[in-house]
Amino acid sequence: MAVCVAVIAKENYPLYIRTIPTENELKFHYTVHTCLDVIEEKVSSVGKSSNDLRELYLGLLYPTEDYKVYGYVTNTKVKFVIVVESSNTQMRDNEIRNMFKTLHNAYVDMLCNPFYTPGENVKSKAFDNTVNQMMIQD
Amino acid sequence: MDEQEDVAAVAAAVQPTSPPPPIGRPSPGPGNLSAAITTRPVGLVVLTGLDVTYNAIHRAIWDSFSANRRPDRVPLNFKTLPADHEYPKCRSKQRTSYEWYIPKGILKTSWMKKHQEDIPGLVVVFYDLDWDEQQWKEKQMECATRVEVVRTSLHGRGSKVAVVLIQKNAPLPPGEDVVAAERAAALCAACELSAKSLFVLPCVDHLLGYTIRLENAFYELTQAYYHGEARRVKAHKEFLNKTTHQLLFVRHAFKVGFFNELKQDTHNALKQYKASYVHLTEIRAHDTNMLEIKSIAGFLNYKICRLCFFHNSPLDAISQFRKHVDLFKNKIGCAELAFEHSAWMSKQFSIFGDLFDDAIKLGLTAIMTQHPGFYYQQAANHAIARKQLCRGLCLAATSMPSPDPLEGMHHLEFWGQRPWRQGHQSIDPPDPQKEKEGILALQYLESTVDHSWIIIPLLSSAVAQFKKYKSARMKRYLMVQMGEEYYHAKDYSKALTLLGRVTWDYRLERWWQLLTSILVTSLRCAYLVASVEEYVTISLELLGRYSQSPPDEKTRVQMNLVRVLSNNPPEPEHGCATDAVEKAKLLWKNKTGNPSQDESSRVFPIEMRNLVPFVECKAKFTSTRFTADSLVKIEVYLRSSCQFPVRFSRLSVNLSNQEYNSHCVIVDGQPLQLSGDTGHVTTPNNTSQSGDLFLKPWEVALYSFQFVPLPDDIGKKLEIASVSLAFGDENARCALLVWAAGGYDAASLTSPLESIPQKRGPTKHGEIDWNAIRVEPHTSIMCRPSRLMIKLDQQPPCLENEIYHVRIVISNEEDVSISDASLTMGLSEGQEIGIEESTEVSHDAELLLDGKQPSRLKGITLGVMEAKSKIERDLYIRCTKLDVRSISVRVSYKVEVNAGSSEGSNVTCTCYQDQAFRLETVTPFDVTIRMASLKFEAVDQVHPDHPFLLMTDIKCLSPWPITIIDSTLILNDHVRATDEKQESQVAKVTLKTSENATECICMESQPETAHGLISLGSYAIEWKRADLKLPAVKTVLPLPEVTLQQLPIYITSDLPPFGLVRAPLLAQYQVSNKTSIVQSVEACMEPSDAFMFSGHKQIFFRILPSGQQTLTYNLYPLVPGYVKLPKLKLKVPYAPQFREDFVSKILPTHIFIKPQGKDLAVAS
Repeated sequence: MAVCVAVIAKENYPLYIRTIPTENELKFHYTVHTCLDVIEEKVSSVGKSSNDLRELYLGLLYPTEDYKVYGYVTNTKVKFVIVVESSNTQMRDNEIRNMFKTLHNAYVDMLCNPFYTPGENVKSKAFDNTVNQMMIQD
Repeated sequence: MDEQEDVAAVAAAVQPTSPPPPIGRPSPGPGNLSAAITTRPVGLVVLTGLDVTYNAIHRAIWDSFSANRRPDRVPLNFKTLPADHEYPKCRSKQRTSYEWYIPKGILKTSWMKKHQEDIPGLVVVFYDLDWDEQQWKEKQMECATRVEVVRTSLHGRGSKVAVVLIQKNAPLPPGEDVVAAERAAALCAACELSAKSLFVLPCVDHLLGYTIRLENAFYELTQAYYHGEARRVKAHKEFLNKTTHQLLFVRHAFKVGFFNELKQDTHNALKQYKASYVHLTEIRAHDTNMLEIKSIAGFLNYKICRLCFFHNSPLDAISQFRKHVDLFKNKIGCAELAFEHSAWMSKQFSIFGDLFDDAIKLGLTAIMTQHPGFYYQQAANHAIARKQLCRGLCLAATSMPSPDPLEGMHHLEFWGQRPWRQGHQSIDPPDPQKEKEGILALQYLESTVDHSWIIIPLLSSAVAQFKKYKSARMKRYLMVQMGEEYYHAKDYSKALTLLGRVTWDYRLERWWQLLTSILVTSLRCAYLVASVEEYVTISLELLGRYSQSPPDEKTRVQMNLVRVLSNNPPEPEHGCATDAVEKAKLLWKNKTGNPSQDESSRVFPIEMRNLVPFVECKAKFTSTRFTADSLVKIEVYLRSSCQFPVRFSRLSVNLSNQEYNSHCVIVDGQPLQLSGDTGHVTTPNNTSQSGDLFLKPWEVALYSFQFVPLPDDIGKKLEIASVSLAFGDENARCALLVWAAGGYDAASLTSPLESIPQKRGPTKHGEIDWNAIRVEPHTSIMCRPSRLMIKLDQQPPCLENEIYHVRIVISNEEDVSISDASLTMGLSEGQEIGIEESTEVSHDAELLLDGKQPSRLKGITLGVMEAKSKIERDLYIRCTKLDVRSISVRVSYKVEVNAGSSEGSNVTCTCYQDQAFRLETVTPFDVTIRMASLKFEAVDQVHPDHPFLLMTDIKCLSPWPITIIDSTLILNDHVRATDEKQESQVAKVTLKTSENATECICMESQPETAHGLISLGSYAIEWKRADLKLPAVKTVLPLPEVTLQQLPIYITSDLPPFGLVRAPLLAQYQVSNKTSIVQSVEACMEPSDAFMFSGHKQIFFRILPSGQQTLTYNLYPLVPGYVKLPKLKLKVPYAPQFREDFVSKILPTHIFIKPQGKDLAVAS
């Protein structure tokens, strides 16, 4: 399933990045970081065209040779990014959508914790577990 | 940012400048395209019989064909060759069966070149021959011979032949020249030419026009030739079978496609290339032929994509390319030569990127998620993979095996074959030993390639594309990769610059993981080029609170940092190339061995705003305002976030006023050491404080400074310009950490978490909560508060126009005497001009009566005032307009005070005491002036010779009683008072609030006064407040205007003031004519119950101009009391303006009749 899951703050700094154990973890960081270009472009272009509610799911941001990067932006401009291997063909748009829904719910639950200060790095076990579920290789 | 230009410049420097390889030569490296593939195929036309060297006409003809070909001309390639040129030989006989033919490869390297450059589609024979040639027969024969020679040299190829006759005469219109038609037919027959292949080129004007028509004809001929060739190749297909001739399927389809392209039939060409590609994928691929298949696949893919872009279907091109890549990305081939596959992949991507980019230059629009940048990036990634594979695979290959198995690799017969086994198509290599050596040779060749210079230009192209499509972050990532590649290429200073450009953005976006990894590379570069400043800067940040380095790494960095700042060379960084380390060691040795005499290189400032250092600083003024007699206090908080305690050498605060800087310095005398062991403490030099600048990890250290403010700074703002912390020995090597404006580094400026202080629970006792400290870099120096009392004694409100008295009592409440006291009083600054002009101020009441006085008095010196003494001053204000004014009184003085605790620090402070009040002005009285007839009836018009009354009602409105000293009427020439002597009737009258005083003056108009509206003059009242001994002021009021009206008939009466019952009284009425004509008057006396009277009851009479008539009546009163008189009525028919009611207005209507006194009656 997912090889990398990231939560990025409104100000575009990472709140949470988790990757499959790999020696080149940094590459995923760069991948997530660079996809912010596309997210910003997509979010800003929607805002101009219509006033109606923007869909949170942004879809495939861009395909690289090895990975597919999907994006999701909450109404508070917190961004979720899921990276999937290109070779993984059974992941349909719908599954990705559901993954984002799950992730969003987990994030909201985590945010409800009064001991969490918004803007801090996410260090929640429950959130970790949700992400783990997504990253299990099947 | 100009980073882009730099990147481009760097890329330009590494681009190979060698000319492109000649057509047909296989270029080295897998996946490379030869020029034969990349040039657009156009038909070849050979021109023979032109002597371009010695014949000017021929030269001109050749130039018109070949020179300056614009794109709108037909796509043909012209060559001039001698008539007897030998063309490449054709196979002697056409193959009729492929049954026993085993192909040795897919495509010959020479084939494309041959058809582009050597075999013409058309040979044109130029021949000088006019229709009226004398020796026609001979010439015709010669021409036929030439054509024959050309035919022979073509060796039976199907190339077309044409003849062009160069003629000196202009041709006649077709059909008219019978000789020409006849001779043309004869010539065609002699040369075995069709009539369509014979042309005439007259050498007259408009050569280019003829040339263009000729070349269009040539183009048609070549198309016919290439069409024929394509059909010829297609015809082979029926002889082929799928088992042995798979390669030929590919080859033939490719050839047909190529001929179609030469024919400029791109749609058919695309179809054929696609078919060829499909045939290619059906070939069974194995290690030995993999390279060949991939080479041809690359060619075909290039052709297909290019034609797709040409047909403006970019999506087809992209999907073809994706298919191509997906198909081949896992076909690595020989594992020992895996780098070859990566090189090929890289090439595929970069070629497609170029094609895409070319299409964009021709008008295609790309989008953010689909543009050439992605392909260049991928090409770079494959190039990086190639480099890594090379590292792993090519270690063994240290020298070229002998004999060189790669001999002749540039002169292969077939594309993509191994030089040591050309033409071999079986699965297993024929000679395993040779195969081994060949692989070794290729590995050796690969190890000599400098991969970085392949990767960097690709990255640079990608950077340019991503910048164009506004993907800033991707661009930055690629720049990081570029920097790393420069590092691998051992161009450390370039790597350092490139990485230095991007750190700012990663820092700003707070991607610490990425920043740390970039910094680690940068630190290596800085070490290897021995740049002290960069080394220290990067180390500062790597030790910083957001650095993601592991603790032991941090320890190492800190040790090295201390070494560098103690003027010792640092330990080499891990993972650096050994030869570079040796060089770096030498550089460091030189740097540390002879410390520079120049201070600027020994002490270098580092701006903390641009990074996240391991020391945080917060500086603040303890208050936002300080008075001139108090000490200004600054607190500087420092906190270190590195692993081990650290000692700094000097802390100084720079203020906006440099004068104070000497007060704000702390010097730590101890040497720079890691642990806090007690060394000898040297005494610091005179002015600066000595102190301990030893910071323990995560402990907040507080340093305070204080100083007396300078008198010049009073009323000004004082700012902390910067805080600088010296790290290292200032005499040897020292980094100066500079925080602008009292704190804030790159992280605290951008982090939302750091800019909002949070607090959870109370802080522990004695601990300073770092987050709670607010940076406060501004303060104001205020005046010392005054201890002077100003008391105002006054009786508000002020009456308009009066002289208003304010008594100012100034008492000195200071403990000491004050000097230079000076008083400013009057209207406050900044009020309306109207108020400014209507206010006068003086210290002497009499002056206000004399003339215009200023609205404020400045700088009245009061001199020295002893402690507890008092001064009184009077202020007189005259307000000539109603309004509310702000009046201020200000005393400034100087006093000597002792600032701070130490003795002798006396300062002279200037203090100010202000007292302001609002002064309301009210009207003292209201004067109503009205006019009345003698009967006290209000009138609005008066008549000449007829007196009237002027009445002035003065109503007091002032809250304070006022005394009217005098009042005067200043009358105009038009009117005069009837009394000779005028005296004020209200003089010396004192009025309290709401009391009234009235004057009544009888007046009449002067004779000879013009009629109409006349102004009467003015009325002046001289008055003052009743209870104050102040000069009286005069208020002048204008009298109302009145209408003077001339009457035609005027009437006066003469009556006694009273009468007695039953005592006759005489009443006389005089009627006078004021007009210049004779007036007839009808007078009529109405009867009355109260009187009996004698006289004319009704009379008609005439009055001459200016004449008068007296009517006399004897009245006999019947009743006592205030009785109504009999009414006299006048009718004047010739004076229409005369109104009857006028008579009743002028004449008295009643008279008082006394009763008959009894005593009197008895007496009489």
